[in-house]
Amino acid sequence: MSKAVNSSAPTDSEVIFGILNDSDAILKRLYVAYFPMVLQLIINNNGTTDDAKDVYQEAIIVLYNKVKSGKFELSSKLKTFLYSVCRKLWLKRLTQISRYGGDIKDFEEYLPVEDEGDLHTERDIQFEKMDGALKLLGEPCKTIIEDFYIHNHSMQDICERFGYTNADNAKTQKYKCLQRLKKLFFQQG
Amino acid sequence: MSDHQLIELIERYLNGEMSADERDRFEAMRRDNAAIESRIEEHAHFTGLLKQYGKRVELESRLNAIHQEIDVHTLADELTVHPNWVVKLWRNHHSKISVAASIALFAAVATMYLTGSFTKNPSSYVALRREMQSIKRTAENAERNNKAILHDIKSSKRVINNGSFAGSGFALTASGYIVTNYHVIKNADSVYVQNSAGDAYRTKVIYTEPAYDIAVLKIDDASFTRFGNLPYSFRRSKSDVGEDLYTAGFPTDSLVLGRGYLSSANGLNGDTVAYQVSLPVNPGNSGGPVLDSKGNIIGVISGKQSQVEGAAYAIKSKYLFRVAKEITKDSTNNKIVLNSKSSLNGLTQAQQVNKIHDYIFMVKVYN
Repeated sequence: MSKAVNSSAPTDSEVIFGILNDSDAILKRLYVAYFPMVLQLIINNNGTTDDAKDVYQEAIIVLYNKVKSGKFELSSKLKTFLYSVCRKLWLKRLTQISRYGGDIKDFEEYLPVEDEGDLHTERDIQFEKMDGALKLLGEPCKTIIEDFYIHNHSMQDICERFGYTNADNAKTQKYKCLQRLKKLFFQQG
Repeated sequence: MSDHQLIELIERYLNGEMSADERDRFEAMRRDNAAIESRIEEHAHFTGLLKQYGKRVELESRLNAIHQEIDVHTLADELTVHPNWVVKLWRNHHSKISVAASIALFAAVATMYLTGSFTKNPSSYVALRREMQSIKRTAENAERNNKAILHDIKSSKRVINNGSFAGSGFALTASGYIVTNYHVIKNADSVYVQNSAGDAYRTKVIYTEPAYDIAVLKIDDASFTRFGNLPYSFRRSKSDVGEDLYTAGFPTDSLVLGRGYLSSANGLNGDTVAYQVSLPVNPGNSGGPVLDSKGNIIGVISGKQSQVEGAAYAIKSKYLFRVAKEITKDSTNNKIVLNSKSSLNGLTQAQQVNKIHDYIFMVKVYN
């Protein structure tokens, strides 16, 4: 019933080391290898291709965070882990939109997933708040904050980029921007 | 020190941009001042979140870039489970199919209703023998029985009790043959007849024909000699729909007359043994005669339809001739000739009833 999954799938340990080393190539091979499996699950259970993309990426991020935090133990095949997480996420989504008819058509074996999804959701809420706050912040504050705190650019670079006459002005500006971002962030909670 | 300066210090501290000297001083300050300590933690947490957020955004954009390269639509087509054509037909057209099926079902039911399929329910046929159980009737009968006793003392006739069932019957010949329904006397131990004058006689069942629902009784009682000549005749030919009819019987303890007309040449569900008659009949009328206006017996009341008003059934008199023939054939001394000359022709209804009422009996059944 299920189509054969891409044969160039990376081995499970390749994936773990790839994630730890931020390897783009491995991430890509991983993504391409298991996407069809998840697509098959979603589109045959009342979902669209976009639903499949969202669910799959969410699952990859779960895996990514678990590996990065050192909490990931490979107790089953990686494929089974991803399928199980996607299945759980999709069941949750179906229940939310009341499209879940009580049975799901399965294509792979799966394991019961306890709380990975919930852990992930807690963080997601923080990120969504941050995303909202940054959008409200406006320019040039948004770029200044992103450049300094996310991309680790130096104040010197930022000064030049925004044409500030001296570093102190830029620092004052950055301070004001950060205060506003905090305010916006905590207002959303 | 302003908040701005403090934040700057914290940032330099966290980023490791301080000289060893400066760091020692700052750490001393941090230990002494809980407010500064909490500011450091808060700032570290928030900027940490910002960094994580940035990483997440970056990861998402990497994943999106990878996703762009996949031909999702071709894959989706390949991976969709295609159900077989029956399931597809149902999924695409189930509402139309449902509507069509509903219409077909409705049409079938409507057709069955209009053609009368539902009325051919044999359970709606009610045989009209009467159960003798109500308390009121028992009391009435007690009184009647007292009268009967008085009567019997005078005329030395048999005293009879209340029966378990009752129907009607009428004289077939002057010699003491009485016709009633088979269902009236079915399973009887003994059968008595009693006319409206109170004359009661013990009888013997001498012939039954369950197929026609006819039974013939013969009075077997020392006090009985012979009836006078029968006032009515028996009609051999078919009667026509629309003819005026009347019946007399014992749905209560006294003779009740009912008038009506012949409504159909056939009985329930096209039964050719019976006519359908429009006459008011009730339990106890079974076995009563149906006469036309000239005083010819055209049938014997046998039952009615429970859900339809005014649809009663009477066994055709033709079958009485058959029964008479059967009885004659089977025995040597019982010759039955049915009266063919009515003396009622031209009389009014009241005069006719007056003449026939002595020949109509309540049939009491004991079992």
